Amino acid sequence: MDITSDIHSQHISRQFNHELEELKTHLMAMGGLVEKQVQDAVRALLDGDSTLAGQVVDNDRAVNDMQIKIDDECTRVLARRQPAASDLRLVLAVIRAASDLERIGDEASKIARNAGELIESNNGTRGFVEVRIISEHVRKMVRDALTAFARFDTELALKVVQEDDQVDSEYQTAMRSLMTFMMEDARAISPVLSIMWILRALERIGDHANNLAEYVVYLVKGLDIRHTDPDDLDQDMLGEG
Amino acid sequence: MPVMREARPARGAFIDFEPEATSLEIRGFGLRYGDKPALNDLTLRVPRHRVTAFIGPSGCGKSTLLRALNRLHDLNEEVVQQGEIRLEGRDIHAPEVAVAELRRRVGMVFQAPNPFPMSIYDNVAFGLRLQGGLSKRRRDDIVEWALRSAALWDEVKDRLRASAWSLSGGQQQRLVIARTLAVGPEVLLLDEPASALDPISTLKVEELIRNLKASLTLVLVTHNMQQAARVSDYTAFLHNGELVEYAPTDTLFTNPRLARTENYITGRMA
Repeated sequence: MDITSDIHSQHISRQFNHELEELKTHLMAMGGLVEKQVQDAVRALLDGDSTLAGQVVDNDRAVNDMQIKIDDECTRVLARRQPAASDLRLVLAVIRAASDLERIGDEASKIARNAGELIESNNGTRGFVEVRIISEHVRKMVRDALTAFARFDTELALKVVQEDDQVDSEYQTAMRSLMTFMMEDARAISPVLSIMWILRALERIGDHANNLAEYVVYLVKGLDIRHTDPDDLDQDMLGEG
Repeated sequence: MPVMREARPARGAFIDFEPEATSLEIRGFGLRYGDKPALNDLTLRVPRHRVTAFIGPSGCGKSTLLRALNRLHDLNEEVVQQGEIRLEGRDIHAPEVAVAELRRRVGMVFQAPNPFPMSIYDNVAFGLRLQGGLSKRRRDDIVEWALRSAALWDEVKDRLRASAWSLSGGQQQRLVIARTLAVGPEVLLLDEPASALDPISTLKVEELIRNLKASLTLVLVTHNMQQAARVSDYTAFLHNGELVEYAPTDTLFTNPRLARTENYITGRMA
């Protein structure tokens, strides 16, 4: 049975409704913060803004705190309510999603640290175009995955899953072109390595967005599509979940 | 107010599995008390040597169905039944089936423990004495076996002559189960067997249910959904005298197919 995004407000116990709504609200707040962290980390690099890079690194603590808070709330709901069916799937999906958001936060912080070093060494803008293109792509994936979560929208979630392959191939192309920079000019090795770390972090963010989207499908349809070939997914989704 | 989509039309039950071996088969079974319908056209199979739970709100017909399985409605003249119930392929209402024999094969345990006003030993030996033909030695062996099977032997072996009423509620319920086991049933029907018990006694009865399925088919009626989730292999959800959804317990409690089931097990039904 497919469920809709307001299913968690229909319990006889209004307190239970409230607790589940809070879980979703807090997850979305965490998602918003993480999205901004990624955006700021990339902007710090492209604008050469080392203050902003420092802020992103500092803010990671707030992301971690939010994960702990959400995990606590989920533990309480499990212990006190023994949720079943869609309620159980919501709690599990929120726990997993919070964990992936926290990892996205870590990657944003990594990007910001590398950006800080690059800004200090003042070594040109090699690879910035690649960073801009891939970062826009993965930020859209994160945003769409969170929107899909908020709206219980499996179609949008599926799009995110299918986009991950594209990011992976963009990442491979960028890596190849950066490799040639290093071969051409030994002095470029250090700054280009930093850019490579940044691209690697962005590619990982795409993977986490992909995970978030998979949890949406689990939440709404009760289907676990992890480790399923994205090309086979349409078939699966057509079946009644 | 959102309307949740039904995976199937509202009419007709959603049955999500094929039992490997069937103990009880219910076919097109209906029951009414006078003009008042209680069960409507139920068809389901109860798998052998598994625990099957019937859940549903009060008045959904789950206890009525359970009682029909060993013909407890026979003496109620108001009751009109239709359809078939088959035990190991044979209609339990067939003229050649004796009710006493049916009830030996299909035992029943009720909500409130109901030991007879006699000793612990005599309670368990009661059915054996009715059947007759056993030596005292043989009877002693069966009483011990039944009490061990009901996980009660260690607690009562030194006071078998004491009154059954000296036992705690949880012990009384296990004594009743031992009394039922002593006559060698194939099926054990349990009607809210733990709802009058404290949490520890409840866990003991649940553990017992799990152990008994190696040799028995168990059917459990409960309004405690966590209990159904803990002990049963299959769960049937009944509502308004109809079977709504019947599935492996793991599926029913994580991903039910119908909105009516989802609403009930997650506490969304007024």
